[in-house]
Amino acid sequence: MALDELYKEVILDHYKNPRNKREMPDAELSCSKNNPLCGDEITVFVHEDGGKVLDVAFVGQGCSISQSSASMMTEAVVGKSRDEVDERIGAFRGMMAGEVEADEDAFGELVALKGVVKYPVRVKCAVLAWDVLQEALAGTGEAAGAAPH
Amino acid sequence: MAVTERRGAGTLDAKRIKADFPILERISHGKPLVYLDSANTSQKPRKVIDTITEYYERHNANLYRAVYELAEEATAMFEGARTTLARFIGAPDPSTVVFTRGTTESINLIANAWGRRFLREGDEILFTEMEHHSNIVPWQLVAEATGAVTRLIPIEDDGTLDPSKVEALLTDRTKVLAITGQSNVLGTMPAIERLTASAHTAGAIVVVDGAQLVPHNPVDVAALGVDFLTISGHKMLGPTASGGLYGRLELLDAMDPFLGGGEMIMEVYPDHSTFKAPPHKFEAGTMNIAEEIGLASAIEYLEALGMENVRNHERELTAYGLEALGAAGATVFGPKDPELRGGALSFWYKDIHPHDLAQVLDQEGVCVRPGHHCAQVLMRRLGVPATTRASFYVYNTKEDVDALVAALEKAGVFFGA
Repeated sequence: MALDELYKEVILDHYKNPRNKREMPDAELSCSKNNPLCGDEITVFVHEDGGKVLDVAFVGQGCSISQSSASMMTEAVVGKSRDEVDERIGAFRGMMAGEVEADEDAFGELVALKGVVKYPVRVKCAVLAWDVLQEALAGTGEAAGAAPH
Repeated sequence: MAVTERRGAGTLDAKRIKADFPILERISHGKPLVYLDSANTSQKPRKVIDTITEYYERHNANLYRAVYELAEEATAMFEGARTTLARFIGAPDPSTVVFTRGTTESINLIANAWGRRFLREGDEILFTEMEHHSNIVPWQLVAEATGAVTRLIPIEDDGTLDPSKVEALLTDRTKVLAITGQSNVLGTMPAIERLTASAHTAGAIVVVDGAQLVPHNPVDVAALGVDFLTISGHKMLGPTASGGLYGRLELLDAMDPFLGGGEMIMEVYPDHSTFKAPPHKFEAGTMNIAEEIGLASAIEYLEALGMENVRNHERELTAYGLEALGAAGATVFGPKDPELRGGALSFWYKDIHPHDLAQVLDQEGVCVRPGHHCAQVLMRRLGVPATTRASFYVYNTKEDVDALVAALEKAGVFFGA
């Protein structure tokens, strides 16, 4: 597989210019997690009101796959209801498991990450932010800044 | 089978050695394979592959019990492998060499069979900041079980270990000094002989993690005076799951068995059992017979090269690699002086994450390892989540280093770094 199939331009763009990469001091929900494989760490913040995700942001460090996935995720879930966000998380996991068709209408820019499926080690990088978002929404995550080591 | 002959010049003809390793002929992503991950696992020469094949085709049988010719041959080959390994590390008596799956199993054996027997509440176990997880976690587990405590030995900012800082931590409470012979991340080679003498004066035993030391240097356990040395076969041209443990005979005699079962016993009664003498006391069940015989074959190969020559070759390659990586703009961790270090070069290149970097390098046929290298304590000390590591062995050449640097430059262009 050619490199630019894995590292689509949109991935490199989100890596170099991450969207919504900022702290959110007044977030109702947040969660920090690290990828034990590579030590990458990510914190996701959620501002929620009336069952709707009004704002999502993240901070952390990691490879281009984990950072771009987090960046695209924040754009993909903002403004959605809890159920819609859950459905998106499930669909993205399905795409990364190679079980859900990487359809551009459904996934938008996230389709760029489909090349990761061929690299099982890197799938963990792509899914990390989504795992953290899910835990933040469930309220089971640890408070921000207390990533498990 | 042609084993590459020793050269007189005190170094190696790596190009000729390469030809002894079938896998190094293969193509990866359309490029010649450049294997720079021997600190992770080494490749195997034709001689070792042939030894394993011949064992299964001609001699395979279980050890000790059977009375037929095959079993006698297999037993003689297995015990012969023990003698070979003992000679290779300077152990005076083959009974002091126990076969294990490698370093992880060996340290767990020591921590359990020696540690649970002899450690008491308040006793101290020292290990350094640059230890592999396999020389940390077994000690944490045994500390929890016995009430002993672990103490961390700091390293210097340049990746060296100041022996006086170790000595400052040695007290009459210190019972174990667990230390790497050569760091798998930094290449650092602590002053084992001096530290062993100091630890002994304090009344502690010394456990040396030899996973990276033994494959790359002449080692003489008798001269070093260490109490235990662990050996990883697959990192020294041998098969996976080959390896062992050297222990001083008095200690092996005094400690408990590790795994109980067949072959390690003298007599078994309903309420108790008696055990064989070392090393068989620690070898329960059917062992990795073909693997340890394969390891002996690998040792013969290394002995024909000469371990001084292996060390010289890697010192040269390390000096070349340090220079080349530095010139390319990479930040290399660990000692800058090749005299003080082995050939594991961990680095950051232009802020490109190690996973991204290794992925691009893979497309160029260059195998390196990204990650924390089972050294999270060290990663935190260095202030990085991970590093990219290139590591050398007998078959690596300066051209391999050049290929690494060329691939790094491609990655730099690709990521616009």
